[in-house]
Amino acid sequence: MRWWLPLKGSTFAGPIDGLFIAILIITGIAFVLVELGLIWFIIRYRARPGRRAFYTHGNTRAEVIWTTIPAVTMVALGLVSNHYWVEIKGRNSVPANAYPIGVHAKQFEWQITYPGPDGKSFTVRNQLHVPVGRPVVVQLSSEDVIHSFYVPQFRVRQDIVPGMDIKAWFQATVPGTYELGCSQLCGLGHYRMRAQVYVHTQEAYDAWLKQAAQEASQ
Amino acid sequence: MTTVAATAHTAAAHHDDRSFVRKYIFSTDHKIIGIQFLFVSLFFLVVGGLLAMQMRWQLAFPGQPMPGGGILPETMAPGGVILPEYYIQLVTMHGTFMVFFAIMPLLVGVYANFLIPLKIGTHDMAFPRINMWSFWSFFAGGLVMLASLFVPDGAARAGWTMYAPLSARHDYSGASLGQELWSVSIIFVGLSSILGSLNYITTIINNRAPGMTWFRLPLSVWSLFVTAILGLLALPVLSGAAIMLLFDQILQTHFFDPPAGGQALLWQHLFWFFGHPEVYILILPAMGMVSDIIANGSRKPIFGYHSMVFAIVAIAFLGWIVWGHHMFVSGMNPTLGSSFMVSTLIIAVPSAVKTFNWMGTMWRGNLRFHVPMLHAIAFVAMFVIGGLSGIFMAATPVDMFIHDTYFIVAHLHYVLFGGSLFALFGAITYWYPKMFGRLMSEPWGKVHFWLTFIFYNCTFFPMHILGMAGEMRRIYDPSQYTFLQPYQPMRVFISISAFLLFASQLIFFVNFWWSLWKGKPAPQNPWDDNGLEWSLPSPAPHGNWDRVPSVYRGPYEFSSPQVAEDYLPQHKKLPTDREPAVTSAPSH
Repeated sequence: MRWWLPLKGSTFAGPIDGLFIAILIITGIAFVLVELGLIWFIIRYRARPGRRAFYTHGNTRAEVIWTTIPAVTMVALGLVSNHYWVEIKGRNSVPANAYPIGVHAKQFEWQITYPGPDGKSFTVRNQLHVPVGRPVVVQLSSEDVIHSFYVPQFRVRQDIVPGMDIKAWFQATVPGTYELGCSQLCGLGHYRMRAQVYVHTQEAYDAWLKQAAQEASQ
Repeated sequence: MTTVAATAHTAAAHHDDRSFVRKYIFSTDHKIIGIQFLFVSLFFLVVGGLLAMQMRWQLAFPGQPMPGGGILPETMAPGGVILPEYYIQLVTMHGTFMVFFAIMPLLVGVYANFLIPLKIGTHDMAFPRINMWSFWSFFAGGLVMLASLFVPDGAARAGWTMYAPLSARHDYSGASLGQELWSVSIIFVGLSSILGSLNYITTIINNRAPGMTWFRLPLSVWSLFVTAILGLLALPVLSGAAIMLLFDQILQTHFFDPPAGGQALLWQHLFWFFGHPEVYILILPAMGMVSDIIANGSRKPIFGYHSMVFAIVAIAFLGWIVWGHHMFVSGMNPTLGSSFMVSTLIIAVPSAVKTFNWMGTMWRGNLRFHVPMLHAIAFVAMFVIGGLSGIFMAATPVDMFIHDTYFIVAHLHYVLFGGSLFALFGAITYWYPKMFGRLMSEPWGKVHFWLTFIFYNCTFFPMHILGMAGEMRRIYDPSQYTFLQPYQPMRVFISISAFLLFASQLIFFVNFWWSLWKGKPAPQNPWDDNGLEWSLPSPAPHGNWDRVPSVYRGPYEFSSPQVAEDYLPQHKKLPTDREPAVTSAPSH
């Protein structure tokens, strides 16, 4: 059992985990200050005979300080986040050389279409094979309801909406086997709508592609 | 208006000669209506909890027969083993009951009704009959929703957010009547909230006692006022969307059905345009009541009263321009994601202001740890966690990773249970004597508080870890995924904590019922508070005051140097006080 984020499996994992940790530090400081403050006040100012509370209605300087600090922090966080957001999801973020794979979702399976070596595309069920170190763009479409394309190790998630053509991209960095899950409730078989993800080296990918295209054409 | 007030006056002054039905069932008395809401929504709180327990059983012990599950029909749990189609009904109905039939009516239905007239100093609501209809419309909606659990193909199955087209077409969801009853029920709930809201707004604007200026209103009333404005503007959107969904379901219209030219994302925009203000409907009244209780428990004026009011208004205003943060990965234009991220992050500012002002109120106070105060402090401590975890999801790139995982489940329960429900336990205990004339047991209240606080954290905190691991929500059997299998011991831990959390609530319910008949008779002002409601006997009589009191100061004059005792009620006239001019009060 890992008590931390999953393996960093794509180029997005670095910046997203970095942002996660930055937010964890900022919120961690706020959390510790508030909770320790509360505990301190509970002990220090508990009612005792003969004590009387300090009569005050507030302090404008304190209000200005604790309004400004969160405001500045949040705006800064927004700017940094937006920088990465535009890189990952922005309208023009998909690299021009990205390798296209079609992902068609239906209750409750994934139909994944690859460009075959002979120019004819072919479809495989519930198996997503991608080459390592190369941007991949998945063209997402749905047969019926809303599904969601989610590979935790890639830190990629994108809803698949019927009637819309949506693209998402990523670049895998570590060869291995992962899982693609549906992360939007799509009906009673939602929980078993999964596919295996294989990240290959380019040579292994080419070999698989050739073999799979052959099998598909038979 | 004057007739109502005059009738109320006579009734209060002499004996109450209404029939039993007029007095307790089709009552127009705001306090009785509040108590009706209290009983009904506590019942739905238990229903929602029971549904959650079944989910937790399945997650911890998948495929094993649930104790007592044998009574469920074959279509839900044959031999007590929960089926996937029943599991998603549990997911859907737990959320639906908790949001629409437990937390929302407990906060607004109960406390807007009960507190507003008592705290602003008037005899009843501006429109007592509309108020009665608000309750009965809610009750009808609740019955319809409850009935949907028992129809042949089961209850709604598309999550409480009811995303279309899964919810709109029966061949997708596998349920027909259950889905339709959901839509019908939500239309009733919408009507109930709209009727209630316009009543609360009108009453607060027009019927304040002499001297009760806007900036002498308790923060509970301010937050209920702003909440009512949110409700009046948001619920019509939900009702409209539910009507469209119902048309899709029974008339074969295609508002949300893409192959026929509809738009799937239209439902999400409509739902969340209601849904995000709804989130603040579910927390603002809690914040207001917690403010009242913390000032009382600290024996100090609220720190930065005006900042607190402005923060309530700011949260409510920002609440209208953040709905898109539920849709960052929905396929919505990513540029919109950027603007919704900024508006969402900005909400952290008024939330921080409120938190620091609660702490400022406790600073150098003379803290009395009565049961309501314990719950109010827990509210602050837990709301901070829920608020801070929201920042992770507000940051769009991080949201792409943790959206729709257990991280969001943890976050929303820290706000709605750690926040709203702790505030409600505090509020119920605090105003119980004014409702029923008796006090709830203090020692049992403390036992309930501590058990709830411990098991609540054991239940929901580990969900953050599951979310970081990438565990999706609404998954019937997480062991389908290899990467989620190692987390089974954590799921068992969470479920056992959840069972103990549920069991701890028995203490509260027994305390609640037992105290109705056997509780210690309550004095007029058991908490030494300043609010107008404490100038009435416990329980407060029908029509409240013979003559509404005049108000001389704000509601938080604790430990004022002007008096020897450490509280100074709003209605207590000191020799230096001038009689307020009668302006907005009803002629009486």
